[in-house]
Amino acid sequence: MATTATGTTPFTYDHGHEHVDDRSFIRKYIFSTDHKIIGIQFLIMSLTFLLLGGMLAMVMRWQLGFPGKPLPGGTLLPDTYTSGGVVLPEFYNSAVTMHGTFMVFFAIMPLLVGVFGNYLIPLKIGAPDMAFPRINMASFWTAVPAGLLMLAGFFVEGGSAAAGWTSYAPLSARSDLTGVHLGQIFWCVSLIVLGLSSIMGSFNYITTVINLRAPGMNWFRLPLSIWALFVTACLVLLAIPVLSGAAILLLFDQTIGTHFFDPQAGGQPLLWQHLFWFFGHPEVYILILPGMGMVSDIIANGARKPVFGYTSMVLAIIAIGFLGWGVWGHHMFQSGMNPTLGTTFMISTLLIAVPSAIKTFNWLGTIWKGQITFHVPMLHALAFVSMFVIGGLSGVFMAASPFDIYIHDTYFIVAHLHYVLFGGSLFAIFAAVTYWYPKMFGRMMNPTVGKVHFWLTLVFYNCTFFPMHQLGLHGHMRRIYDPTQYAFLKDLQPVNTFISISAFLLFATQFIFAANFIMSWFKGEKAPNNPWLDNGLEWTLPSPPPHGNFATVPTVYRGPYEYSSPHSDQDYIPQNVPTPGGGYGAPHTQPAGD
Amino acid sequence: MGNFLSWMLPPGASTFVGDIDWIYYLILVVTGVAFFAVEIALVVFLVKYRKRPGGKATYVHGSTRAEIIWTSVTAVVVVVIGLLSAPAWDKIKGREGVPPNAMPIGIAAKQFEWNITYPGADGKLGTTDDFTVRGQLHVPVDKPTVATLTSVDAIHSFFVPSFRIKQDAVPGMHIRVWFQPTKVGEYELGCAELCGLGHYRMRAIVTVHTQEDYDRWVAQQAHAVAQR
Ligand code: HEM
Ligand SMILES: [Cu+2]
Ligand SMILES: [Cu+2]
Repeated sequence: MATTATGTTPFTYDHGHEHVDDRSFIRKYIFSTDHKIIGIQFLIMSLTFLLLGGMLAMVMRWQLGFPGKPLPGGTLLPDTYTSGGVVLPEFYNSAVTMHGTFMVFFAIMPLLVGVFGNYLIPLKIGAPDMAFPRINMASFWTAVPAGLLMLAGFFVEGGSAAAGWTSYAPLSARSDLTGVHLGQIFWCVSLIVLGLSSIMGSFNYITTVINLRAPGMNWFRLPLSIWALFVTACLVLLAIPVLSGAAILLLFDQTIGTHFFDPQAGGQPLLWQHLFWFFGHPEVYILILPGMGMVSDIIANGARKPVFGYTSMVLAIIAIGFLGWGVWGHHMFQSGMNPTLGTTFMISTLLIAVPSAIKTFNWLGTIWKGQITFHVPMLHALAFVSMFVIGGLSGVFMAASPFDIYIHDTYFIVAHLHYVLFGGSLFAIFAAVTYWYPKMFGRMMNPTVGKVHFWLTLVFYNCTFFPMHQLGLHGHMRRIYDPTQYAFLKDLQPVNTFISISAFLLFATQFIFAANFIMSWFKGEKAPNNPWLDNGLEWTLPSPPPHGNFATVPTVYRGPYEYSSPHSDQDYIPQNVPTPGGGYGAPHTQPAGD
Repeated sequence: MGNFLSWMLPPGASTFVGDIDWIYYLILVVTGVAFFAVEIALVVFLVKYRKRPGGKATYVHGSTRAEIIWTSVTAVVVVVIGLLSAPAWDKIKGREGVPPNAMPIGIAAKQFEWNITYPGADGKLGTTDDFTVRGQLHVPVDKPTVATLTSVDAIHSFFVPSFRIKQDAVPGMHIRVWFQPTKVGEYELGCAELCGLGHYRMRAIVTVHTQEDYDRWVAQQAHAVAQR
């Protein structure tokens, strides 16, 4: 696959015939340029970080639920982490910081963009691979050292970064304030390197979607997952350089004596926040849009019905892509930013709730009058909808700037961000992994085990995060090591204990998923080509699809959501099945009015 | 676990309680209605439209009318919430200025303590009778206090939950924050922004006095300072 399309030269499908794949093991599985292998590599890397991030969360929950009690196994950790097994504030701050950093940058973002961007885009648009397969490989192999460097922070003097995942300066810039020197530097360098990986990935996705769509795959026949990944890639390409730039400035402050963020020498601490959140808010949409797209595909499949309001779903994705750039100040309402700006950001933030609402109503419209099959991916997709609603609605409280004065930097924010990122993004990831697993690995996951995992996760998840709203409403600050220091928080200690126990159970439940994932890889039932009876092009291929994907260029005749069409005896028509009477079919199946 | 699952805000002790809490309850009602509408519709659809043998899904692609309705209703609701919230924001953040009779104090945050400078008997900051106390914020009841907030090291955040007030203290900036307590008593001031290892214990006591008590406390402190 060294030469694929360049610019506008038409494709040569060099795998148009069955032939022996004679690449060496290393070229096939390690330094592979095959988008499917790269997707699976990202999957393994990011699930590993998901586990590590989860372990750090357990440390925090132990300390918050049982402050001052020795952490089980804590005595095995170095003296700089625990004392007599009890978590030290040093370790706590480092866990807070690295939990957020791992989850946002090394788990959720690569799971959505790295895994599914890679795996799905070429398959779903009928392309043999990405536009630039080698750059794609480079993107993965740049992410790996970034992750290792971030991890290395735990093993150097002073420990890992400890200034929060948001890394507010001057705390993050001055080691005399955190007691961490190398760890903070690693944080900056790692994210700069990871940024290169994201940039390489994103322009590859953008080019691929624009140039490599199969004949007939016009923009309005793209699955919503691809629309979402496309807009996400545009956001990544524009937002990540801002973070990289900010991280470079911070790195200079830390190492070569500049003072960009240090007021004592004329620097400005709020500059960091503006740069960070100018990246950071688009980033949160990077973390949800692909999930929204994939969930749309899965819900239509589960309901056996076309997606309700396809056009408005696309417009909502695009609207989010634009509006997302104008709301970053809602993270800075209490920062000392000019209050006049606060009013502006309040209105723009409230407006961005509108496209999210549109999407929610359209998901409801999709299941309305359907024939709903509750397969495991569908269960996760439905959980996504119902949990995302909670996260979206809690956003309205915080967007109302006067009330945000009270709840900013409290557990209310922690509740909100976990409803969108765990309830939203992670349920979407569970939906997507269970949905495309058969395609990826050629085997089915065990559905019974999958359902057990789903229900336990849903229950423990809500027990863990829902009461955090109440903690926040009582003024419980976030990122504090020991809430019992405050008299007004003492009454809330049982709540913290309850949350911690739920969190442990939630964490334990994930091993059910891990077991199912690993066991099915070896022992799962062989997957048919199209286990879910889906219309997408990837399901016309063997499971797993061969290197180079399509033996002959597919031709696309319709959109991806033609379920239960009266024009067919089956309840689905794959996108590549010719329309009776010839031609490409109607350019786009228009909404049929009411 | 007491009232922890309650959606009520804890009792407050400043005039901002009146400005802020109703916005919360308004949003709680609006989002509560939206929440139940969506979740109930979801569950009803899931039960009603579950797969049945021989059943067929209705082949529809959407409804322009429905899109217009839910888009415009949501947009109007959120904009109204914004318009209703704006006055409280302007007032609390002092966009229209702070009350002219407010008592000025200075607050300098530092890892991990709050140093509060009082104007002394003359009621003016920057004069010789100013004095500074660590970890204790004393203010008179029913009278506005305006603090000039700064930090000497990291960013901290001045948070008095009972007053519904929070403002970051940023090194290099002098940010004005005002409040008017309404109840005599003791409250807690906490730091709400991660500021380092001792962030969790960066706490101070807020004492709201009657005016007489407050004057007596100032006299005592001034005396103690003079003795030193
Ligand atoms: C419905 C639309 C949404 C609105 C109105 C909204 C509003 C807000 C506001 C105002 C804040 C700042 C609150 C504060 O710090 O005081 C915030 C924080 C946050 N939001 Fe959202 N949000 C929305 C959707 C999302 C989505 C979809 C995601 C991610 C998938 C997300 C992730 C986050 C995160 C991670 C934070 C916390 C950042 C931090 O301080 O660590 N939000 N949101
Ligand atoms: Cu945001
Ligand atoms: Cu602090």
